[in-house]
Amino acid sequence: MAVLSSIGLSKRFAGHSANDPSVLALSSVNFTINHNEFCSVLGHSGCGKTTLLTMVAGFEQPTEGELLLDGKPIGKPGWERSMIFQDYALFHWLTVEENISFGLEMKNVPRDERKSVVKEYINLVGLSGFDRRYPHQLSGGMRQRVSIARALAVNPQILLMDEPFAALDAQNRSLMQKEMVRIWERARKTCLLVTHSIDEAITLSDRILVMTRRPGTIKADIKVELPRPRQEDDPGVILLRRQIKELIIDEFEVER
Amino acid sequence: MADAVATAGNAPLERSSSFHLLRRLRTLGLLIAVLVLWQVVSMYVLDKRTAVLLPSPTVVTQAFWELVVSGELFVHMRDSLKREFVAFLWALSAVPLGLAMGWSQTVHDQIDPLIEVLRPVPPLAWIPLSILWFGIGDIQNQFIIFLGMFFPILLNTISGVKNIEPNLVRAARCLGAGEGRVLRRVVLRAALPQIITGIRVGLGVGWMALVAAELVGANSGFGFLINDARTLLRTDIVIVGMITIGVIGLIIDRAIRYLGRRAMPWSRTFSA
Ligand SMILES: Nc1ncnc2c1ncn2[C@@H]1O[C@H](COP(=O)(O)OP(=O)(O)OP(=O)(O)O)[C@@H](O)[C@H]1O
Ligand SMILES: [Mg+2]
Repeated sequence: MAVLSSIGLSKRFAGHSANDPSVLALSSVNFTINHNEFCSVLGHSGCGKTTLLTMVAGFEQPTEGELLLDGKPIGKPGWERSMIFQDYALFHWLTVEENISFGLEMKNVPRDERKSVVKEYINLVGLSGFDRRYPHQLSGGMRQRVSIARALAVNPQILLMDEPFAALDAQNRSLMQKEMVRIWERARKTCLLVTHSIDEAITLSDRILVMTRRPGTIKADIKVELPRPRQEDDPGVILLRRQIKELIIDEFEVER
Repeated sequence: MADAVATAGNAPLERSSSFHLLRRLRTLGLLIAVLVLWQVVSMYVLDKRTAVLLPSPTVVTQAFWELVVSGELFVHMRDSLKREFVAFLWALSAVPLGLAMGWSQTVHDQIDPLIEVLRPVPPLAWIPLSILWFGIGDIQNQFIIFLGMFFPILLNTISGVKNIEPNLVRAARCLGAGEGRVLRRVVLRAALPQIITGIRVGLGVGWMALVAAELVGANSGFGFLINDARTLLRTDIVIVGMITIGVIGLIIDRAIRYLGRRAMPWSRTFSA
């Protein structure tokens, strides 16, 4: 069953003046994401990945085409499409606990229930004991854990992620990718992740949508049926990596 | 202070605390030297007639004590602080206005031209007109103080709102926050350090405006006290008044910074 479908989606950004032409960021993007599927969108920098996510989130309106969530057109931003940002976007004046609780308050969840849900997600992302800390007292990886917990706690229909681990160093990034697999297996959710890292897409996804250069369209839709957790040197992973690399290198050639 | 602790290392407690005291005294050294020089000059160098213009620290201290015992100092303090406080309550209206202007470009475009015209007029330039409007007394004083406070608070609030990271607002929206809650729970909170900074600056400017307003338009308060003492050639009282004005200004500033630090442990704006 499709949770999210994108039908002929295009986005053109208007130029600011006469000699600043408008930019066609996305051009007729078609795909669907199924229930509890982890889907990655992979593409070069500037191909319109963030643009796609901002439209799914409801921050921007498509120029053409439509986005449907459970068959209904997407409207204003809301908790049913919660988002994890690359720069975490944590409320720095709130503690870990209060950050995670924020969305629940917006949903008018009663206090007692809020407490237990917050506790549950703090445990899930491995931050117990840090409940009362402020974001500036946490490391980058821990901040992203808070942001994951905050986005999951509202129980969204789809979880959106914009290069969530790009700001971390290589070691932390691969650790957080493994953590994300573990969290996702415990709290099954429909996920849409945007990234330019092939390995990140392979580690996490059920499906990988490869995008062309700008204007972005979907170039390949690859089902990943390897068991998790996936090891880097697993033959299946190596094969898949090579296949995707070729698709992406192709993209470079087209450009030249 | 921090490096004093570090250099003291694991030295015994008495040594490190006497070390602190020494450092303290060293930073006060120049001040003490100036006081001593002042005392010597006004006692031995100046002749009696000129010494009236520069009474020695001991004479000033005596005058201070007189004013404290008679309670006169506190009467003026009460009146000045009351004016500052009432004007501050009015000036707090700059916070919602600044939020609206920082948040909505339409509101900003409408109100900004008016602000731009009024802002460069120094509060003191309003004194003549305000005396005609309100007469001499509390309302006129409060009006001048209000003008001194209003613009720093307003401008800081606007820039605080405009400098909010856009992703914070987006994060709140996609957690289900509507417009009102985004404003109250995110925009106001994220801009708070700068709003408090505006309040700090505003209280400082207001305090200066207060004294000026009281010099000409009041029958009580520190400004009145020092101007009245001038006509009686009580220079000692003038100096007591000046010092008290300075000390209270400093205390207000420190208090706001302390409260800011206590209320916002997550902000670095108010750390010393
Ligand atoms: N608000 C905007 N106004 C004008 N042009 C925009 C705007 N947002 C994005 N663009 C343009 O649209 C194109 C796609 O941008 P987008 O941020 O979606 O790329 P991306 O795939 O997320 O890149 P990256 O991997 O670097 O984050 C870019 O050429 C960008 O300049
Ligand atoms: Mg991007």
